[in-house]
Amino acid sequence: MEFSFTPKEQAFRRELHDYLQSEVPEWFAGIFALPEGEHDKVWEFTTQFARKLAKKGLLIRSWPKEYGGQEATHMEQLILAEEMAYFDEPRGSHYLGANWVGPVIMAFGTEEQKRKHLPAIANAEVLWCQGFSEPNAGSDLASLKTQATVDGDEYIINGQKIWTSYADHAGWCLIGVRTDTAAPKHKGITYLLMDMKTPGITVHPIRSIFGLHFCEVFLDNVRVPTQNTLGERNRGWYVMMQSMEYERGGYIKYARCQRTLDEIVKYVKETSVKGKLLIDDPLIRNKLADMAIGIRAVRALTHHMYWMQSQRLTAGYHPSVVKMASSEFDQNFTNIAMQILGLYGRLSKDSKYTRLKGRIVREYIWSREGTVAGGTSEIQRNVIASGLGLPKE
Amino acid sequence: MDFALTEGQEMLRKSARNFLEKECPKTLVREMERNDKGYSPELWKKIAGLGWMGMALPEKYGGMGGDFLDLVFLLEEMGRALVPGPFISSVVHCGLAILEAGTEEQKLKFLPKLANGEIILALAFTEPSAGYGADDIEITAISDGDDYVINGIKLFVNNAHVADYLLCVTRTGSSASPEDGISLFLVDSTTAGLSTALLETIAEDKQCEVVFKNVRVPKENMLGKLDEGWPLVEKIFAYGAVAECAQMVGGAQKVLEMTIQYASERVQFGRPIGSFQAVQHTLANMVPDIDSSRYMTWEAAWRISQNLPHNMEVSVAKAWTSEAYRRVCSSGHQIHGAIGFSLDHDMQLYFRRAKEAELAFGDAGIHKDIITRYIDQSPLA
Repeated sequence: MEFSFTPKEQAFRRELHDYLQSEVPEWFAGIFALPEGEHDKVWEFTTQFARKLAKKGLLIRSWPKEYGGQEATHMEQLILAEEMAYFDEPRGSHYLGANWVGPVIMAFGTEEQKRKHLPAIANAEVLWCQGFSEPNAGSDLASLKTQATVDGDEYIINGQKIWTSYADHAGWCLIGVRTDTAAPKHKGITYLLMDMKTPGITVHPIRSIFGLHFCEVFLDNVRVPTQNTLGERNRGWYVMMQSMEYERGGYIKYARCQRTLDEIVKYVKETSVKGKLLIDDPLIRNKLADMAIGIRAVRALTHHMYWMQSQRLTAGYHPSVVKMASSEFDQNFTNIAMQILGLYGRLSKDSKYTRLKGRIVREYIWSREGTVAGGTSEIQRNVIASGLGLPKE
Repeated sequence: MDFALTEGQEMLRKSARNFLEKECPKTLVREMERNDKGYSPELWKKIAGLGWMGMALPEKYGGMGGDFLDLVFLLEEMGRALVPGPFISSVVHCGLAILEAGTEEQKLKFLPKLANGEIILALAFTEPSAGYGADDIEITAISDGDDYVINGIKLFVNNAHVADYLLCVTRTGSSASPEDGISLFLVDSTTAGLSTALLETIAEDKQCEVVFKNVRVPKENMLGKLDEGWPLVEKIFAYGAVAECAQMVGGAQKVLEMTIQYASERVQFGRPIGSFQAVQHTLANMVPDIDSSRYMTWEAAWRISQNLPHNMEVSVAKAWTSEAYRRVCSSGHQIHGAIGFSLDHDMQLYFRRAKEAELAFGDAGIHKDIITRYIDQSPLA
């Protein structure tokens, strides 16, 4: 049993931390819940920064060298993920490719697919999105209806996806489609690699409290080569579930919470109200402790998850445990942070009198997403219950 | 980063679980609740025979040569089985303190007998102010010839009534800083002037009031240095807090298993209640609580074993696990319904002990206060 990182891993963290500290500009606060007017500036930055990181081998650590990785350990990958989260994920949406699109292609792809797509992800040349949900297929994802009919060596796809993150920036899409309407719903799904420049694809960003993060994707007779199948035809559900496992198990929001906590601690140490420093208020101190404790509890679960992956142990329900606990803690955390700011908590970034550059209100809004996206908390609990061996109806 | 147990630790866990399932059935647990002594001498002897008391003591003192982390795996199993008696008082609170700060003579006098179960010790720390701070220590020990004379009251002393010796935290001096002037003494429990009374508690776990009236203790029974005992007390506090966490983790795991079993068997509305989503979700909620408590307890224990700074980790583990175990028991009771309230059912045994463990060695409130002192420590560093 060992709870510290090796000297090499610690040195890697320090070096990475210092690099990000000096390179990530102060105005950058991530791509999530972006005010609409800031989209272009932020995306421009993350695009060029991700390429810069890729050149230094800091975009992706633990992939094989032949696919653009550094063959580093799982622990280095964990450290990378933590530090990136701490600095508000300056890789932009490249984290998606790094954390689960790439790994699922590595696990299920043909050699040709791996050689075509993995280096491009590792070099930050291509952004990916994930076509899962539909207007009538959210939690009941297996009931998805976007249809793919075979025409020679191509599929013709018709349908609609919704809540697709980053579809308006993505070059490629991992999309779940129905290839067998007669089979039971889980057994008629195929997972495809789809070029977003293919004629027939229309993307509309959805305006939401998270800015323009989510999109609708309309597919009108879109032709995708059958050789773009990831895994086997009609066995796509199982590939999608593996992808979900990577996504859920890799949730690293607690590191971002630590960044927020560091800023809040600095704030309460410097801010006085009616002659008293906020740090001396017992109620505030209690809240700070709650925040620190929760971060470490979630970190403990996540570290265990990464360790399991490094040992190639069967993940079981653990990714769902991580995702559920992390996202619910995040909501609790950001709410506590808002309480500390009191009336100032409502002020947005560019408002007069704003505190901490409006970070807290943005984190608070964004935290709503976590218990819904990537499988709702209710779905995660269903997965866990099944893993506990509880009886079915 | 490695969460794996060694082969030896795995074997210890398995054998401890098997042994306790056989030798510490719930009939014994219930019997000891009603029994004033509170422990079974037969079981105590068997445990001593297995070497458990000396698990974390060096072989030269009759121990097994393990460390605190090994002891924590054992304590998880003991928490799972709700083992009654003075094991933690003796082995953790006092044995480890003597190992930490005793003179060679003191170690040779106490540790081998502790390791083979011959003597029982209990820690007398808290007083009527019911806190764990240095400023809570008002009991005095005043020098008189070859002795110190102790006067005052200790409250919530586990197993004082069966202890051969009490490790008593006293005030021998005072200054502007309450941490100065603290000294610890190993007090023979048969000394004149020392009286013990059992307190009835929620967990029936033999807490005592101990009154010291001119109790004389020889100077050579001071553990550690005069007036400089507070760092040792802090160390004992850390051991004690993590030991409680370990027991809580073991108990919580058992509550989860017991509740899954009940939900799978209890039929209402024509189906097992465990097939209803509300019940499934309540059970699912227990998993992150238990798992995170376990891993944070292990990390705190590991840091203590490695002589690394650990105050933040210990307090985080205790604050979190205390509340997590309470939540788990609350959910466990909810799913069991009325049957869980029956004294014949095991659920309420865990519920009552959960509150006791939550309070011992600092509840969340006490530990949050400590945590804010270390708030600048980042877990990412």
